[in-house]
Amino acid sequence: MSHLVEGEPGSRYLLMGNEAIARGALEAGVSVAAGYPGTPSSEIIESLARTAEARNLYVEWSTNEKIALEVAAAASFAGLRGLAVMKQNGVNVASDFLLHLAGSGTRGGMVLIPCDDPGALSSINEGESRHFARLVEIPLLEPGDFQEAKDMVKWAFELSEELQSLVMLRSVTRLSHASGDVTFGELPEVKPEAAFKCDGFILDPNEGAVISAPVDYRHGQQHAKLKKAEALFEDSPFNIYTGPEKPELLVVTSSACNLYSKEAIKILGVEDRVGLLKLGTTWPIPPKLVGKHLGLTEKILIVEEVVCFLEDQVKILTAELGPQIGTKTFYGKRDGSLPMVGELNPDLVAAALSRILGVKTETVPEDYTKRTQEAGFLGAPNRELTFCPGCPHRASFWSIHNVLELDNRKGFVCGDIGCYTLAVLPAGFSTLKTVHAMGSGTGVASGFGKLGQFGMDQPVLSVCGDSTFFHSAIPALINAVHHKSDITMVLLDNSGTGMTGFQSHPGLTTDALGQDAPAIDPAEVCRAIGARVEIADPFDIETTQKTLLDLLQDKKGVKVLVLRQICALSPEKKGKKLFEMALDQEVCVGENCGCNRLCTRVFRCPGLVWDHEKKAAKLDEVICTGCGVCASICPSGAIQRKEAA
Amino acid sequence: MRAMGNGTLTSDPYNLIIAGVGGQGNVLASRVLGGMLTTKGYHVTIGDTFGASQRGGSVMSHIRISASSNWSPQIPKGRAHMVIALEPTEAVRVLGGYGNPKVQVLCNTRPIHSVGVICGELVYPSLTDLEKWVRDLSDKAWFLDATNAAIKLGNPIFGNIMMIGALGGTGALPVDRQDFETAVSRDMSPDKVKVNLSAYDMGAEMVKG
Repeated sequence: MSHLVEGEPGSRYLLMGNEAIARGALEAGVSVAAGYPGTPSSEIIESLARTAEARNLYVEWSTNEKIALEVAAAASFAGLRGLAVMKQNGVNVASDFLLHLAGSGTRGGMVLIPCDDPGALSSINEGESRHFARLVEIPLLEPGDFQEAKDMVKWAFELSEELQSLVMLRSVTRLSHASGDVTFGELPEVKPEAAFKCDGFILDPNEGAVISAPVDYRHGQQHAKLKKAEALFEDSPFNIYTGPEKPELLVVTSSACNLYSKEAIKILGVEDRVGLLKLGTTWPIPPKLVGKHLGLTEKILIVEEVVCFLEDQVKILTAELGPQIGTKTFYGKRDGSLPMVGELNPDLVAAALSRILGVKTETVPEDYTKRTQEAGFLGAPNRELTFCPGCPHRASFWSIHNVLELDNRKGFVCGDIGCYTLAVLPAGFSTLKTVHAMGSGTGVASGFGKLGQFGMDQPVLSVCGDSTFFHSAIPALINAVHHKSDITMVLLDNSGTGMTGFQSHPGLTTDALGQDAPAIDPAEVCRAIGARVEIADPFDIETTQKTLLDLLQDKKGVKVLVLRQICALSPEKKGKKLFEMALDQEVCVGENCGCNRLCTRVFRCPGLVWDHEKKAAKLDEVICTGCGVCASICPSGAIQRKEAA
Repeated sequence: MRAMGNGTLTSDPYNLIIAGVGGQGNVLASRVLGGMLTTKGYHVTIGDTFGASQRGGSVMSHIRISASSNWSPQIPKGRAHMVIALEPTEAVRVLGGYGNPKVQVLCNTRPIHSVGVICGELVYPSLTDLEKWVRDLSDKAWFLDATNAAIKLGNPIFGNIMMIGALGGTGALPVDRQDFETAVSRDMSPDKVKVNLSAYDMGAEMVKG
């Protein structure tokens, strides 16, 4: 059983932010939790899934984030507490339902937890969730440390029930994937009973139909709820001021930036000059509380990630309060005190404070910094990201790349989100030429495939992973078939949500709770949609390339090539070799071969190393996973494979 | 053995970085150390950067140790007290951002070549040069062939625990073997605890003298 259930109330534990959030949901008596995997959010649902049996929860990895929000909403409509979890991008996916849910209102407590990734540490964007709270008009909470990550989740459910509104609680990578102290509270004894009451008067919030219309009435109600939230936020214990009564400079902040600001103030030793207003309730901001602090200072620095959000609200409030508090001087992103892009850290906040206050911070000696730079130039060669040894994607992209070269019509590949996004780099032979959202490769390809009318004659390909296929590529494929778009979709089926840690998806036989589930075969889905479907093993380079070349010759309509090979890191496969590999350095003639070091220079599997002394390739047996693919690419036959026992 | 067991922190917060390459057990090492210190009553904050953990990228854990509170999960630049490098070029990389003339370094000497080095675009520096740079940029440095010792123990993955043992051996932090045993006994089976204790002892032995 999980320490999240066994932990003693009142005791302090070192918890990852995401575990603290999960414990908060358990302390709130959550019954249903649904999400779609995405860094840095995935451990919340994983932690809850581990406690599901002990705490009588229903937990699922939904097919996409919109469905996760819908599943959690159903729990709320039936009077239970429901939680939806996703990375920021998921909120974009869920946003259509989100707007309607904000309008219809909720019943049992319902919380949406998006985890943003400022600085794009594990993303290809640094999108923001907070603006959605303002856009769809629901209350927004932001924990400022690990204890609050737990405590505020519990409060978010209570608040949601009090307001009968969805509440958003936003986390970021530096909370979700960081760890700190959390003192546990009690786990409640709950016996939830689900029933959907829907036979009452249509406008009855507890027994009528759940709908966002009539819009003028429901939207008006929503605004009344926000007003109520605003009043409650005035007294929230999660809005904390520390510092002198009338500070020379007021820092207004939230989330992980609270920890950066605290540290920056301490580094500079300006505790007696700077006040810190840490807001846990960031939409709507409590106007009396914030107004009071604005009135006690002349200068204000707003510290937040990423897009201006608090800064705009504080400025609007200052304008509204102008007659009482006068004009103020603002520092933040808009005046360049802090960068507009990327994540913040204690150093960036300290630098801003030091400029505004005219104080110097202690730094490492210039000479030392110079020496680290010199050493770093030669001593720390860059580590470019690559596919793992034995990764099916390397083999798949090797074949796609070579077939496009052979085909010689300037064909290209549209991609989307997964480990295979790396194929935009030399790791995947720079094969991907467009990369956007989940499922977008096939949607964009569907559009390209209709441009023949305007003279475009390049072959159009897309790639998509198995989890991504179910998430959002199916509508794109239907679109392509229905509109007779001329494309080839390569479905990189590695039997799992590989990038985020093997969460279940509809193509697998086990669900998030470890129970048997009917698996849906993506190849059968593609056939049912009307595509020509072929299946190959990407480790079989010859068959894969022949099949793909054949599909490209078939110029009309939608073709799908399913490349099926399990992820090298998957628990079922890890450590199991298909082949025993050997490299005969007598046969490898190295630089005299004419292959121009194809295996190490181009194929670049970490298991193959160039031996500078012998001027030949060699095998790193610790790293090699025995996939056998390199035996197919060596033109001199120096790499040999033998089926593993 | 329990010389430093009830000591105090030489700095508060004490800032420690564990740096390595995906797959070396960076995050596990930071958890084990965090568990040891939490058991002793310290407030520990860990900031992990592991998005690229399995795909050949650099991985880094920032560990802040304090008697009073949690701190930022990102250590301010130039303020590390100790760097544990599971791979030698990662020591040089981390010192570039977080080093200072007073920093101490525990460095595993086993190289892991990046793809750029494998394909011949980049050159991996010599161990002699790496040791020279690390010594030059630190107040004190220990170089350990932890991976090879771990292979003798049965699995290169024990290299990370050996480095934790070495940290215990330096006496830089108020934790000892007993704290390690308590921390790992919570999550591991008795036979796993035994081999991990051996790894810890071998690491501690390597920094003696």
